[in-house]
Amino acid sequence: MPGAGQLMNLHRLAPEVILCFFGVLIMILDPFVGAARQRAMGWLAFVGTLLALVSVHIAYHVRGMAYDNLISTDTFSVFVHVVVIVAAALAILGSLDYLDREGIQRGEYYALVLFATAGMGILAGANELVTAFIGLEMSSISSYVLAGFRRRVEKSNEASMKYFLLGSFATAFFLYGIAMVYGSTGTTLIDKVQIALQGAGKPPALAILGLGLMFVGLGFKVVIAPFQIYGPDVYEGAPTPVTALLASAPKAATFALMLRIFYVSFGSAADFWFWAVFVSAILTMFIGNLAALVQTNVKRMLAYSSIAHAGYILVAFAASTSLGIAAVLFYLAAYVLMKVGAFLVVTHLGQQGEKRLAIQDYAGLGEKQPVLAACFSLFLLSLLGLPATAGFLGKFFAFQSALDAHDVYGTAIVWLVVIAAINSVIGAYYYLRVIISMYFAEPSKDYTPAGVTPALGFALFVAAAGTLYLGILPAHVLDFAKAAADSLPLLR
Amino acid sequence: MGNQPFLLTVITFLPLLSVAALLLLRSDDHVWIRRIALAASVAEFALSLFLLPKFDLANPNYQFEELHDWIARWNIHYHLGVDGISLFLVLLTTFLTPIAILCSWESIRENVKGFFVSLLVIETAMIGVFVSLDLFLFFVFWELTLIPMYFMIGMWGHERRIYAAVKFILYTMFGSILMLVAILWLYGLSGTFDLDGIQQYLASASLPATTELLLFGAFFLAFAIKVPLFPLHTWLPDAHTEAPTAGSVILAGVMLKLGTYGILRFCVPLFPEAAHKMAPYIGALAIIGIVYGALVATVQTDLKRLVAYTSVSHLGFVVLGIFAFNTTAIQGAIYQMLNHGVSTGALFLAVGMLYDRRHTHEIKQYGGLATPMPILMSFFLFIALSSLALPPLNGFIGEFLILIGVFQGHHQWASWAASGAVLSAIYLLWAYQRVALGEVTVEKNRTLPDASTREKLILATMAVAILFMGVASPLFTRRMAASVDNILTRVNPPQNASQRPAAIPCMGAPAAKLPAPGGAAAMAAIAERQAQ
Repeated sequence: MPGAGQLMNLHRLAPEVILCFFGVLIMILDPFVGAARQRAMGWLAFVGTLLALVSVHIAYHVRGMAYDNLISTDTFSVFVHVVVIVAAALAILGSLDYLDREGIQRGEYYALVLFATAGMGILAGANELVTAFIGLEMSSISSYVLAGFRRRVEKSNEASMKYFLLGSFATAFFLYGIAMVYGSTGTTLIDKVQIALQGAGKPPALAILGLGLMFVGLGFKVVIAPFQIYGPDVYEGAPTPVTALLASAPKAATFALMLRIFYVSFGSAADFWFWAVFVSAILTMFIGNLAALVQTNVKRMLAYSSIAHAGYILVAFAASTSLGIAAVLFYLAAYVLMKVGAFLVVTHLGQQGEKRLAIQDYAGLGEKQPVLAACFSLFLLSLLGLPATAGFLGKFFAFQSALDAHDVYGTAIVWLVVIAAINSVIGAYYYLRVIISMYFAEPSKDYTPAGVTPALGFALFVAAAGTLYLGILPAHVLDFAKAAADSLPLLR
Repeated sequence: MGNQPFLLTVITFLPLLSVAALLLLRSDDHVWIRRIALAASVAEFALSLFLLPKFDLANPNYQFEELHDWIARWNIHYHLGVDGISLFLVLLTTFLTPIAILCSWESIRENVKGFFVSLLVIETAMIGVFVSLDLFLFFVFWELTLIPMYFMIGMWGHERRIYAAVKFILYTMFGSILMLVAILWLYGLSGTFDLDGIQQYLASASLPATTELLLFGAFFLAFAIKVPLFPLHTWLPDAHTEAPTAGSVILAGVMLKLGTYGILRFCVPLFPEAAHKMAPYIGALAIIGIVYGALVATVQTDLKRLVAYTSVSHLGFVVLGIFAFNTTAIQGAIYQMLNHGVSTGALFLAVGMLYDRRHTHEIKQYGGLATPMPILMSFFLFIALSSLALPPLNGFIGEFLILIGVFQGHHQWASWAASGAVLSAIYLLWAYQRVALGEVTVEKNRTLPDASTREKLILATMAVAILFMGVASPLFTRRMAASVDNILTRVNPPQNASQRPAAIPCMGAPAAKLPAPGGAAAMAAIAERQAQ
């Protein structure tokens, strides 16, 4: 019955369908709604993300392949969907007031966020490299526009341009990689590549080269060294709620795709790519943390911190076991909550024109707005990796899964964990600097930040509650992550 | 002791619960914030006393155990319990917290709510460290002690508080993160975070010597920074000096013991061979710490810094005692932990009271204070005497037991360490002389008020504790004996076990009378019976 099959396909792709539907709906309604009511589009987009979350539930119950094996709706994809959509929903809530404040409240903004999210959803579920490429482009192109959404601000334009030029360049690498893998194995289906390579004994050089090129392309998207140069500039120039989105959701989705490609397709070549991941992890952590040390701009500091966090994720990634996948997924969930939360606080405190981003602008926040300061401290401490927060358990499981692979990679991976541990102490310095400013410094008298609006308050509450929940009672999410890891067709 | 299934949980989390109550109060309602914090901490102390009657002396294992699944997939449990070692450290914590609250009654005027919240969160975290029997849980509490203390130093400290707070937290975090890696490594080997499980695994499987040494090193580094052992002590003088009085009391009184407790609970019994191998070096560092701390304390011009350096010296004794690996020395070490908590805590309280009056720690600014405030200065002298180990006060018992124990194995160690005891008399008495005796040198000081009722209450409580611990030491050591022996059976190879010198359960047994170890054991048994 082709009709029923088609319906099943739609069910398995339900989140993307709903996100795109709402995106298109907003685009259609946009011209009919007056400039004063554009904010309603934001709420519409928020409803869209909520419905998408519900539809993830539907997709979960009809897991399986969709559209001739192009899309694999497995537990893994479902997990990443939840992470990505939650990030998008929180970013939308944080954008509502920001866009009003900056005078750029337009429906298309929300439509772009939804399209980007749909693209990330495809990335998470893609079982075929060209489909993944489409997802990557959907999310990237929307992101380029979003990064430049403050059209009259030079920095924002610069961010958009940089992101676009380097991003297209990186995408080309990815595409080239796909071509080589196809040339070597005769297929672009991720699970079929695995079978083709498995039969070949030692993986052919062409396939490895293809993998290397894909690593470059995807490494660019997740902002890991040595492809991280553009990251801080883009994150700093983009409107802060967009930064919240860019620093979280695309990373989660692209890491998901990397997991599929590296673990599933190239699981038999783990010994080759381990060293690439190993070197990149060390570089990423050191560059991110050391550069963050000297930042005086909180937004830029958080940008570097997100590079450092990509490094910690790579530590779990290097494990190349299903435990490693679970650790990466848990880390992503934790990371998204705390990072979006932190950037939303920065959004709120930025004032019009994002003038107040320096660390000293946070002076005395603990006195002026104790609840907001407490929330921000929670996010920062979680990013730092303090126990009883999500960030600690993320690191904990990442390190643990890496050490667990000690049998395979010997002392190298132990050193990797030690380096990661040392890095997380370096990180403590700059996170604490903000807390020092908030609580220990004399409050500046010249301005008081505005009160938190209900929309932002709700978003912060969700992020903070999630950070604590994952930090204290991680069992459910952890089981979910493990089930997700086991749903991938791994070699071992 | 299964009849108290929730006691430890309640003791651990009661302060946190009272934090919730504090958060409900208006932040300018200082009176009630103080009252509720004090009431909660006193109730906590009373509650913790319930541990004593139910505690079974003869049982070397953990008591009041609680065991629940926490994160089942990673085999992480919520596992609590106390033995003779942690029992008194829990009591020390619950005893010092109300004192710390009381001493901050008037001196903390800004952000009062935040201060007491921090203090109570630290209490929960510290008790949690002492009662956790799961390494994951232990680490969570261990790290949790840092943040409130960081805030306490950074927000309510003195001039260079931010520098001190950052130094404190970065030092400690650096140590503990490597411990985390070691914990994960142990988990990888044994498949469990449970202390008993790991103990059993390590007893059955013999690790390669290098692995054991690395694991020992990672744990030891974390604890040695906390203690602090020379040369890792440089954060301590800053943190102690810059912290508010209550912060110093908690820091010196309890937090430093987290380090020595960790060494005794984890480093030594889990990795006995590495501990034996490293003992000469660690002993040497401890002795350097004892002498160096004492010498540096002698030349301080800042009273609070002087007291801070005495910690380096006194904690050196504790570490030395632990690494002598015999019952007497380890009992002495545990006892010295308690003594140091009480005596040094009291010293910081007295110094804090001077600071409240004059807002300076400079010794030069004082002099002849016995004339305007005889009561406060008498207490100060009494506390100083306890800290320099004058019999029959508490400090004497601890140092004496340590020195006897150490002497049995290492004559040289003992003789060097004994010099620290002499030096402590010099720096403390000299400090007392410069502060209290002679003519009043600074005119302002003539009109300083003597101790208020609140201060008298605080100091008298501490003095009673000092005296009580000095004369009633068997009450403490008897409860430690079984657990200490339990640790020693793991540390010392079985063939030596019979030759282990036994405990000296009361202070009445001087070193000269110490016959062959067997005789001491018999004597101890008699003393035991008499005491019961």
